[in-house]
Amino acid sequence: MTQQKEKALILDSTGIERALTRISHEILEKNRGAREIGLIGIQRGGVHLAHRLAVKIREIEGAPVPVGSLDITMYRDDLGTRKSQPVPQATDIPFDIQDKVIVLVDDVLFTGRTIRAAMNSIMDYGRPKRIQLAILVDRGHRELPIRADFVGKNLPTSSKEKVEVMLAEDGGEEKVVILGE
Amino acid sequence: MALSSKDLLGLKGMPADEIRLILDTAATFKDVSERDIKKVPTLRGKTVINLFYEASTRTRTSFELAGKRLSADVINISTSTSSAAKGETLLDTARNIEAMKSDIIIVRHSCSGAPHFLAGRLESSIINAGDGFHEHPTQALLDLFTLREKLGRLEGITVAIVGDILHSRVARSNIYGLIAMGARVRLCGPPTMMPAGIERTGAEVYRNMDEAIKGVQAVMMLRLQLERQAAGLFPGVREYARLYGMNRARLEAAGKGVIVMHPGPMNRGVEIASDVADNDSVILEQVTNGVAVRMAVMFLLSGGNKAEA
Repeated sequence: MTQQKEKALILDSTGIERALTRISHEILEKNRGAREIGLIGIQRGGVHLAHRLAVKIREIEGAPVPVGSLDITMYRDDLGTRKSQPVPQATDIPFDIQDKVIVLVDDVLFTGRTIRAAMNSIMDYGRPKRIQLAILVDRGHRELPIRADFVGKNLPTSSKEKVEVMLAEDGGEEKVVILGE
Repeated sequence: MALSSKDLLGLKGMPADEIRLILDTAATFKDVSERDIKKVPTLRGKTVINLFYEASTRTRTSFELAGKRLSADVINISTSTSSAAKGETLLDTARNIEAMKSDIIIVRHSCSGAPHFLAGRLESSIINAGDGFHEHPTQALLDLFTLREKLGRLEGITVAIVGDILHSRVARSNIYGLIAMGARVRLCGPPTMMPAGIERTGAEVYRNMDEAIKGVQAVMMLRLQLERQAAGLFPGVREYARLYGMNRARLEAAGKGVIVMHPGPMNRGVEIASDVADNDSVILEQVTNGVAVRMAVMFLLSGGNKAEA
């Protein structure tokens, strides 16, 4: 693979913070409070974002929301067609999802296949009342009929480009960039 | 990263990073068995054949559950009910199975090298579930997994393997795996059951069990294969138990917190005292981990496009 260069800065750390604050308000508005909500971040990018949303929702609403993490490697549909598989990360859902409104959180929404896998995986843990989707960057090119309920930023891209979300939790500068050759 | 071979035949020559990949992957597969719904769709539509030419309960069940928890279709074939009893050759049986479109064939055979023979002639991934006196790689991998889970590392630890090393494929795979991962290995057993030149693997040979287990982090007790007693390799079961059996006094003299392992099936009162087996061993944890490790191996052998890689 050729080394990809940073082509454009899409969001800086202030931009990411603002987007997450707005998404937190939208989640609360749509669900009339935090009572039934459970946040589940998709490994790896979504987990940090889910925790941040939980902190913000708590600040706004004064009530804690449970947070979990989900790895979808075992539910992928492309086993055998990729050169290698990523080592699966932990799935840890420390609350009962039965009859809860589950907000799935991921950093980038692209083909929609990850979200399909995540929904199938969630169903193996129980029957949530509703599943909603919160995304930091929606870059288009959907291959499945899936859309996000809460979007930080809509970003038209070419399918050859790569969108990279870097968060402070992983160490280093916090930003969203487009990479290309 | 991916495994470099389509098959898992043994741990001899397997690079440390591939062993580590299997162990890391197994850690998450272990969670699947803890859930209410113990099934993921990872290998949906794949066909896994258990082709066993030797008796086995634990290993066969473990592979079967591993395949089923990954949603593969698993078929068990044992020689007593197969056409091998009518004289069909191993290769013909395997080719017929592959003609029905198998993806993974798990082979146990009393002849060393039988899985290697098939691996070179079939498209399916072959997993060695024990061949003769040669290797039993998934058993060693689940032992490594258990040790790593208990101790947090493999590098720098010392493990004693005690018993009939000569006839033990479990010992052989563990020696290769442990040394590849940077552990030290001590071997102890009757001189008649110690293979000539085994020091070349990097393992140290001890004559006295108390010395062999002093200061180690773990002891693997091997099954005394009583069916081989006719060969006259040791004088009697009671003498064997006295010289090479694990009991409480010995375990306490070895040091604090020594992990006791056994690949099963165990002869209580021979190589391991019931008291130690029931109160101080990790034998059942090894069995639990076996399913996770076998899931990881099947997953990794199915993933990755070998033509591209």
